[in-house]
Amino acid sequence: MSEKVLMKGNEAIAEAAILAGCHHYFGYPITPQTEVAAYMAKRMPKIGGTFLQAESEVSAINMVIGVASTGKRVMTSSSSPGVSLKAEGISYLAGCDLPAVVVNVQRGGPGLGGIQPSQSDYFQSVKGGGHGDYHNIVLAPASVQEMASLTFKAFDLADKYSMVSMILADGTMGQMMEPVSLDAGEVNTYEKPWALTGTNCERKHNIVNSLYLKPEALDQKNFERYEKYKTIEENEVMYEEYLMDDAEICVVSFGITARVAKNAINEARAKGVKVGMIRPITLWPFPKKVLNEAADKCKAFISVEMSMGQMIEDIELAIRCKKPVYLCNRVGGMIPTPEEVLAKIDEVNENGGAF
Amino acid sequence: MSVVFEKPKSLTDAVLHYCPGCTHGIIHRLVAEVIDELGIEGKTIGVAPVGCAVMAYDYFTCDFVQAAHGRAPAVATGVKRSDPSKIVFTYQGDGDLAAIGTAETVHSAARRENITVIFVNNAIYGMTGGQMAPTTLPGQVTQTSPYGRDVETVGYPVKVCELLSNVDGAAYVERVAVNNVKNVKNAKKAIKKAFQNQIEGKGFSLIEVVSTCPTNWGMTPEKALEWVDEKMIPYYPLGVYKDIYAEEEAK
Repeated sequence: MSEKVLMKGNEAIAEAAILAGCHHYFGYPITPQTEVAAYMAKRMPKIGGTFLQAESEVSAINMVIGVASTGKRVMTSSSSPGVSLKAEGISYLAGCDLPAVVVNVQRGGPGLGGIQPSQSDYFQSVKGGGHGDYHNIVLAPASVQEMASLTFKAFDLADKYSMVSMILADGTMGQMMEPVSLDAGEVNTYEKPWALTGTNCERKHNIVNSLYLKPEALDQKNFERYEKYKTIEENEVMYEEYLMDDAEICVVSFGITARVAKNAINEARAKGVKVGMIRPITLWPFPKKVLNEAADKCKAFISVEMSMGQMIEDIELAIRCKKPVYLCNRVGGMIPTPEEVLAKIDEVNENGGAF
Repeated sequence: MSVVFEKPKSLTDAVLHYCPGCTHGIIHRLVAEVIDELGIEGKTIGVAPVGCAVMAYDYFTCDFVQAAHGRAPAVATGVKRSDPSKIVFTYQGDGDLAAIGTAETVHSAARRENITVIFVNNAIYGMTGGQMAPTTLPGQVTQTSPYGRDVETVGYPVKVCELLSNVDGAAYVERVAVNNVKNVKNAKKAIKKAFQNQIEGKGFSLIEVVSTCPTNWGMTPEKALEWVDEKMIPYYPLGVYKDIYAEEEAK
């Protein structure tokens, strides 16, 4: 474990990306993620890498496509409205099976929304976001340490499966400072025989493309891609369990709200309420199995999120609606307080988990 | 028996899908001849557009990436920044480059990206069946300007070379045509210079090729070539619009 340094979450992502071998970054200013770009602007010239402030988020994601098509590690970052603009490019990355890392430090929406933290891009992130059938791997950090360690993980998974890994953070994670250890460990390298490196007149030309005019071919390509997604769902699910051994109520929460929920759970436990938490670290693939198993033991679930209840749908699907799932949420840049979460835990505890 | 004419090495054996009389075939050939002559086939990476030339990746023997509509210069920026030793070109039509991709065009020029842009202007959206383009001439009838382009309601065509001549970062901007032998020869010279510039690290070069669309113009191929002289070139005059190195030499 390397020495810990005090860093902002946004900066931790940037430095971790560089340590993961990402020497190309394309960005565009938007609050609350601009520190990623500012950090890259300082660091990239010093390591012979590329920092480029594009003319738009649209161009930035297409520059990412350019680098990704040559087989090198590449990243862009933005916040909610900017990620909407990148959706076209993310769909192309999916259609071309290109690896890349996209960071979304979420703010409130819809529209221009606000600049305070939010988790309301959940659907956009885990269901695809752009057009067509596809998924991104979605990682949800809940500390500055995870902003770094999940960035390492994101690059590895992107290369391993040749697809987009998204870091779904929020304004709190981006802005807060915590001690962080920047130890990338061993960085895996993956063969990329499809990469555009110039034929050198020694091989047939490589083509990076998402166009399939023959419906049979596009049909087959999509089915193949979903076989890959199935493998990922089987092998790459990450979550944290907190006090779940004897829990009767299961809180489900990710990112900053999971930390708030932990405080509320501790207070509830002090009062004797048997409550625990499953914190998804991968939002896609979603930790369906562990939630479904929990549904056989718990009487109710509480989804604590900073959206109007987007994740709650995935929880209900995961547990096959076997138990009620309640929502505890604030939106628009408001963060639920531990008191609010505790009140919801108490309420659910008292009514015994009945609908 | 000596060979006096053959297919450029940089073109594949694939049969072009373009309509009879379309000048994409000529322009593809010119680009391929230039790549052959400069000996850069093995280190060239092309960026295909959305539009009639979307399948350019099947016709050239070099590596290729297909970009979203209008985004080719941004994708090319990524490819070139990834490995500046590669020769990177985009091949784009008027809808792609001068409408949906205007920002990418202007800003890649402003950044002086060391890339080569081949811009094929035939004043119409060909692939989607003949709609009004940013370069459709005033009065020109298309599927979405059925009474002729009315500048009072839809405004004026975009003159890309004139526009880029005011962008400081653009190094070399020339408009050529391929409607007769003399123009084809000039076009090749310009395309070669645009690639040569990139090899020498001189920055952003764009060659606008005034082209035809007999199918959607509703003309025979011969008539379309004449229409280029009669209507297109008077509105889009041929010539060098910017050449910063020639300007420097002249000083």
